[in-house]
Amino acid sequence: MSGDAKARGLRGWIDARFPFTKLWEEHAAKYYAPKNFNFWYYFGSLAIFVLVLQLFTGIWLTMYYKPSAEHAFASVEYIMRDVHWGWLIRYLHSTGASAFFIVIYLHMFRGLLYGSYRKPRELLWLIGMAIYAILMAEAFFGYLLPWGQMSYWGAQVITSLFGAVPGIGEKLMIWIRGDYTVSDVTLNRFFALHVAAMPLLLVLLVVVHLMALHEVGSNNPDGIDIKRHKDANGIPLDGIPFHPYYTVKDMVGVTVFLIVFALVVFYSPTMLGLFLEPENFEPANPLKTPEHIAPVWYFTPFYSILRCVPDKLWGVVALAASIFVLFLLPWLDRGRVRSVRYRGRGFKIALALFVIAVLILGHLGAKPPTPGRNLVARSCAVLYFGYFVFLWVYTFFDLEKTKPEPERVTNGSVKWIPQWIQWQRLEKAKREPERVSPK
Amino acid sequence: MKKLACLLVILLSVPGLAGAADETLRLMDVRTDLSDKASLQRGAKYFVNYCLGCHSLKYLRYQRLGQDLDIPDELVEKYLIWDGSKISSPMTSAMRLEDADNWLGAIPMDLTLAIRRHSGGGLRVGRGADWVYTYLNTFYRDDKTPTGVNNLVIPNASMPHVLWRLQGIPEPVYARAEDDGSAKQRKVVGVKIPEGGGALSEAEYHRMTRDIVNFLVYASEPIQSARKALGLPVLLFLIVFLAIIYLLKQEYWKDVH
Amino acid sequence: MKPEGADLRRRRLLTGAAGVVGGVGVAYAAVPFLSYWQPSVQAEAAAAPVEVDISKLEPGQKIDVEWRGKPIWVFRRTQEELDTLPKLNDLLRDPHSEVVTQQPPYCQNLPRSIKPEYGVMVGICTHLGCIPLYEPKPGSVDDEWLGGFFCPCHGSKYDLAGRVYKGVPAPLNLAVPPYWYPSESRIVIGEHQEEGGAS
Repeated sequence: MSGDAKARGLRGWIDARFPFTKLWEEHAAKYYAPKNFNFWYYFGSLAIFVLVLQLFTGIWLTMYYKPSAEHAFASVEYIMRDVHWGWLIRYLHSTGASAFFIVIYLHMFRGLLYGSYRKPRELLWLIGMAIYAILMAEAFFGYLLPWGQMSYWGAQVITSLFGAVPGIGEKLMIWIRGDYTVSDVTLNRFFALHVAAMPLLLVLLVVVHLMALHEVGSNNPDGIDIKRHKDANGIPLDGIPFHPYYTVKDMVGVTVFLIVFALVVFYSPTMLGLFLEPENFEPANPLKTPEHIAPVWYFTPFYSILRCVPDKLWGVVALAASIFVLFLLPWLDRGRVRSVRYRGRGFKIALALFVIAVLILGHLGAKPPTPGRNLVARSCAVLYFGYFVFLWVYTFFDLEKTKPEPERVTNGSVKWIPQWIQWQRLEKAKREPERVSPK
Repeated sequence: MKKLACLLVILLSVPGLAGAADETLRLMDVRTDLSDKASLQRGAKYFVNYCLGCHSLKYLRYQRLGQDLDIPDELVEKYLIWDGSKISSPMTSAMRLEDADNWLGAIPMDLTLAIRRHSGGGLRVGRGADWVYTYLNTFYRDDKTPTGVNNLVIPNASMPHVLWRLQGIPEPVYARAEDDGSAKQRKVVGVKIPEGGGALSEAEYHRMTRDIVNFLVYASEPIQSARKALGLPVLLFLIVFLAIIYLLKQEYWKDVH
Repeated sequence: MKPEGADLRRRRLLTGAAGVVGGVGVAYAAVPFLSYWQPSVQAEAAAAPVEVDISKLEPGQKIDVEWRGKPIWVFRRTQEELDTLPKLNDLLRDPHSEVVTQQPPYCQNLPRSIKPEYGVMVGICTHLGCIPLYEPKPGSVDDEWLGGFFCPCHGSKYDLAGRVYKGVPAPLNLAVPPYWYPSESRIVIGEHQEEGGAS
């Protein structure tokens, strides 16, 4: 280890006082990640990239933004028009918000796909879910700041949800708003939470998430433990140092992401009204509700679940449960293997249905409700919760017919296909002698 | 041909999906073009002459307008600033809000973001311009309203037909009556422009309203041309960087495979 | 990992290329973030030149005008006051206004103004930005005082042409803003005649 060979010069001076080299080695140069990461493993580093982007553009926006009901809307237009490059900083931030959710959703889906929440990564998953919850709060607080019609009425509707709490609901709602309706006071406190409290928590939790990850080690598309096979030095045989192999690979991911991101920022910053809604180009008017209130796309699946329940309290309970149930995943899933590659057909079908249900719920949540749509939304909500129930039943009673996991990681998803074919052949070959044997 | 040109049909009500009962107006297609500086300059002039009396553009400065539309400051001061504003000031209406409320029963909205506000979701994202264009082209005579006119896009709008001297006052076209056809029940589905009713021919009026809409599209986001122009160099740079970083990644990953 | 068979030369070359191109990208990306701090169009508009009517200004009087958020003094000197200026040269740091940043070329003269009678100056001490006091009366600051400006913060002294004394903390003469006379009784502060003449 490098502890024996003491570094000299500045590095040595720092290391005598701060564990710089130690940290670098533990988290990059000598952090051994499985060598078979695929497409789905780009989104963790991308999430950190987007977080940094949001922090920078956000800090820059606060330099001209005015958190008051009277000036907020005009100050955003001021940034868009009178401040040098203000339009770019603002579009980067508004597009970054949606990009953050796209990246996080894909990152979470990776967890479902390869069982990354399974033992020993339960706490890692819980921290990640906490990050997601904080991110939703952050996005919600931030959405009020432009003080457009959708900002205002969105905040009005969501804060009204707290009114459903039995007994103290009304008081709780007024306490959150700081007024009898969403007002200048609400805007001010949301601003404080959006620019200081939430980002601080977010950064802290991301650090904790990484520490937990590096403690237990990364999962991989095969869902098997690479620490089982180590060389003489104790280095996993299927592990490669994060730096330089994954730093350089993630840079490719970041660059591809930036190309897509730039396409949106420069050619369609409103993303067809999904990232910046048309109604929000009208200043907030507390006396006029827009014809149709819908949250931004990343909240619409949950909004659909809320809306399809014909009861205020139970709607809110369903909404809260739909997020809370994700926290329980590590204990609901008791399957024998982690990765979808070796799981039973039931799991694959259930996961596909779950994704379809979320997409349909998301689509419906952005549209005005009709009886027909409510019916579809209810069916999808059942599918959504059904996934978790199914997963528990399926694995607790051991109904899953899994495929044997390989001893060592397979090299990449493309090479996995011929191996799978080979495995099928082996299975066939195994069965055939049995048929002959009774002779 | 002339008959066709005279009769402006904007009917075609499409029932909404999944049983939505409301009927929507099909908007006219305006096809704005921000690279047409002459159209934008005319649009600015028309806006100042006919609209700015009531509607402000409070997020747009005269000077910015001049710079973006290639109008020198002196000409902006001479032809576009009527109320003695400084060239650096925003284009606010001289009308006081209380007066507006008294005269019209409503406060004329600021039009800086009108286009973006009315842009549709999804593929109808360009709808904002069509919406305003159709609005300007679908006033019709209606003696029951205080202004003497009504509008297909905003029924019972409190705004009078400001451009009536130019267009004339179009007559309503009713849906074919199925019953006795009492005028009260009949639905207006289009407007018919009287020949020689206004100072402009119909084509001229179309061009004029298109110029105004074009100008409003510009005003809704003055940097949009610059934004699109910057996209290409940024993308080209990223593609070059991607090529290098991809080769570097392949080089390092030779160790792994 | 042992980079066996790896082309180390190619690896170094590509790393260098990625570093250079990436560095250029980061530098370009920094431009919007740095430009963002520049005065906005609104601030630039508020910094427009201001016009002052000086027809009512009597000899020995001073008025303050705000331009770009700074106090601008416009004051009218009496003949006696103007006569004091040449006598002070030995006591001053820069009696001939040789530091060109402190006044436009057309004010590089003894009274540091276009018309000797009328002084136009940025009323900010060149030491640390306080606003000096107008002390035109001889003897009001000390016994040798012939009239001028005195900064109460750190005791810097200037004569009635805004020229700084020796032995005080302020390093430079008071700044003279660009200005011109559109007519006999009006001054435009904030632009040179050639800029303002056009509009």
